[in-house]
Amino acid sequence: MTVEAPAGAGRFGRFGGRYVPETLVPALDELEAAYARLAGDAAFRGELDQALRHYCGRPTPLYFAPRLSETLGLRVYIKREDLLHTGAHKINNALGQVFLARRMGKQRIIAETGAGQHGVATATAAAVAGLPCEVYMGAEDAVRQSLNVFRMRLLGTTVTPVEAGTRTLKDAINEALRDWVTNVRTTFYVIGSVVGPHPYPTLVRDFQAVIGREARAQMLDQAGRLPDVAIACVGGGSNAIGLFHAFRDDPVRLIGVEAGGDGLATGRHAATLGAGSPGVLHGAMSYLLQDEAGQVLETHSISAGLDYPGVGPEHAYLKESGRAEYAAADDRTAIEGFQVLAKTEGILAALEPAHAVGHLMRLAPELPRGTVVLLGLSGRGDKDVQVIARALGEPV
Amino acid sequence: MSELAAVFQRLRAAGRRALIPFVMAGDPSLEATAAFLERFTAAGADALEVGVPFSDPIADGPVNARAAHRALRAGTTLARVLEMVADVRPRVGRPVVLLSYYNPILRFGLEAFCRRAAAAGADGVVIPDLPPDEGAALAQIAEPEGLDVIFLAAPTSTDERLAQIAAVSRGFVYCVSLVGVTGVRADLAADVGGLVARVRRVTALPICVGFGVSTPEHARQVAAVADGVIVGSAIVAVVEREGAAAGSALEAFVAALRAGVDAAPAPAR
Repeated sequence: MTVEAPAGAGRFGRFGGRYVPETLVPALDELEAAYARLAGDAAFRGELDQALRHYCGRPTPLYFAPRLSETLGLRVYIKREDLLHTGAHKINNALGQVFLARRMGKQRIIAETGAGQHGVATATAAAVAGLPCEVYMGAEDAVRQSLNVFRMRLLGTTVTPVEAGTRTLKDAINEALRDWVTNVRTTFYVIGSVVGPHPYPTLVRDFQAVIGREARAQMLDQAGRLPDVAIACVGGGSNAIGLFHAFRDDPVRLIGVEAGGDGLATGRHAATLGAGSPGVLHGAMSYLLQDEAGQVLETHSISAGLDYPGVGPEHAYLKESGRAEYAAADDRTAIEGFQVLAKTEGILAALEPAHAVGHLMRLAPELPRGTVVLLGLSGRGDKDVQVIARALGEPV
Repeated sequence: MSELAAVFQRLRAAGRRALIPFVMAGDPSLEATAAFLERFTAAGADALEVGVPFSDPIADGPVNARAAHRALRAGTTLARVLEMVADVRPRVGRPVVLLSYYNPILRFGLEAFCRRAAAAGADGVVIPDLPPDEGAALAQIAEPEGLDVIFLAAPTSTDERLAQIAAVSRGFVYCVSLVGVTGVRADLAADVGGLVARVRRVTALPICVGFGVSTPEHARQVAAVADGVIVGSAIVAVVEREGAAAGSALEAFVAALRAGVDAAPAPAR
């Protein structure tokens, strides 16, 4: 079950590529060349590894979850990215890209953010690197996640709300791309997921692959074997790719869980791979939620981090090649997952990975008793407590 | 020879430069767009650029982006834009160049798009998020249909890329005047002439300049170095202000742009 590496020109099968204004193509060439040079540079790798270890807290624990396992009749191991500095896996990629930007001599950092986790991670990395940073955030998301807006500002970042379009993550990416087109000579765009034009999907995957690399070794160490199943949530898909990548040639069932919103039948969801079709958005050919005229659709999810009509091109390829499978968990399932994990294991998960927990609960009866599951817990739930309180009708 | 090529040949023989006004189809309605295109023609346009609205126009500034969203809210689709073009093309008697992001074309189907666009009388297409590296498939399909695929050249393009862009472009090469998105600007970018000269060295195709060309004076400056002048956001801003009643204001503005273009000395060649 070997999965092909991306074909030439940044392709994953027929997905990926570079569908961007000409103005950006030379910058993408420059980024690709710099990354190719630095990825093999021992000093650069050492600098990043040091920061991941001593600043962020890597390696993150792999935790065998006894009470969740008992509840589900499975053996569940949780990869605890929620314990990283800034509270989510996003810092792995943000530090990698900002360090890259510094090596390239770029003078300014920009990023987009949905829930605010990638924005906080990038603001943090920019503070560490001593570079000015501007984060674009959909105006609606900025209201939903006002605490993260303030966090970014405390870190010295300028947060620019985006009023255009649907006022969510998709529009924040549009605005960040427009900024990059305008300031491309001096500015580095830190994309937050495995989306965008080549080389971003590969570059972000490589920075996140540390998740699966650690988890694979930890599984062998703690369980003496590989998992039967690896499961993670998918918005753009960076934590899932990060988890899956180390297992691509192993006999491990890979399951990505998208946001089912109010349910796929309602049309109010963000299940791009489950209900979308191939198309081009934000510089890459991938799956896309679009209408019959090729216009990108509005999405809905209780989780701002999954509320995105696109998905990384490598996921589209893993779906079509059959190497990974994709399911959707609706808002209610995610909240159930959140509650069960809180009560059985004392972990408040972010709403994004709560989708993976919820789907695992639905899937458990179909799995043989004692199936070994590796669950990617991409972030912690502090940011979501108010949203969950509202959803449960318990205002805090 | 394509109609676009013929227009540029005639203009070149007469020592003139092309004026190509842009408007977003379906803003505020397709009927209004057809009427605007007739006004442009009356005011002296040599070719017409017709925008197909897209939900996520990453190469566009706020003026064109708002126009796209208004057009989409009015129910505009690529299929309906092509119907409008088919209807108006015989009346305007000018080449029509479509400007569309790639996804609506991809969704329509590359073959179906090239066939139907050509049948509607469209002469060319500009796709701001399709660099030549990704455009080979479309260019191949478009060529036998007689639809010119026009690629964009940017100030950031290397000389190697300019050669690649010119080699696959048909009709003309579209030079992006500035490093940035479309929009109304107070001043023309400083080194438009430099980019045009770099493109000149790698092609005999006509060279048109757009992005940020906002006033008759800008049009005059661009016409002094290029073969054609494309004005978008400044026109769309008039539509935004006056809606379906913008016809007279548009005709006056395009006539002023025409005067600007014609006031320029012929470019040194």
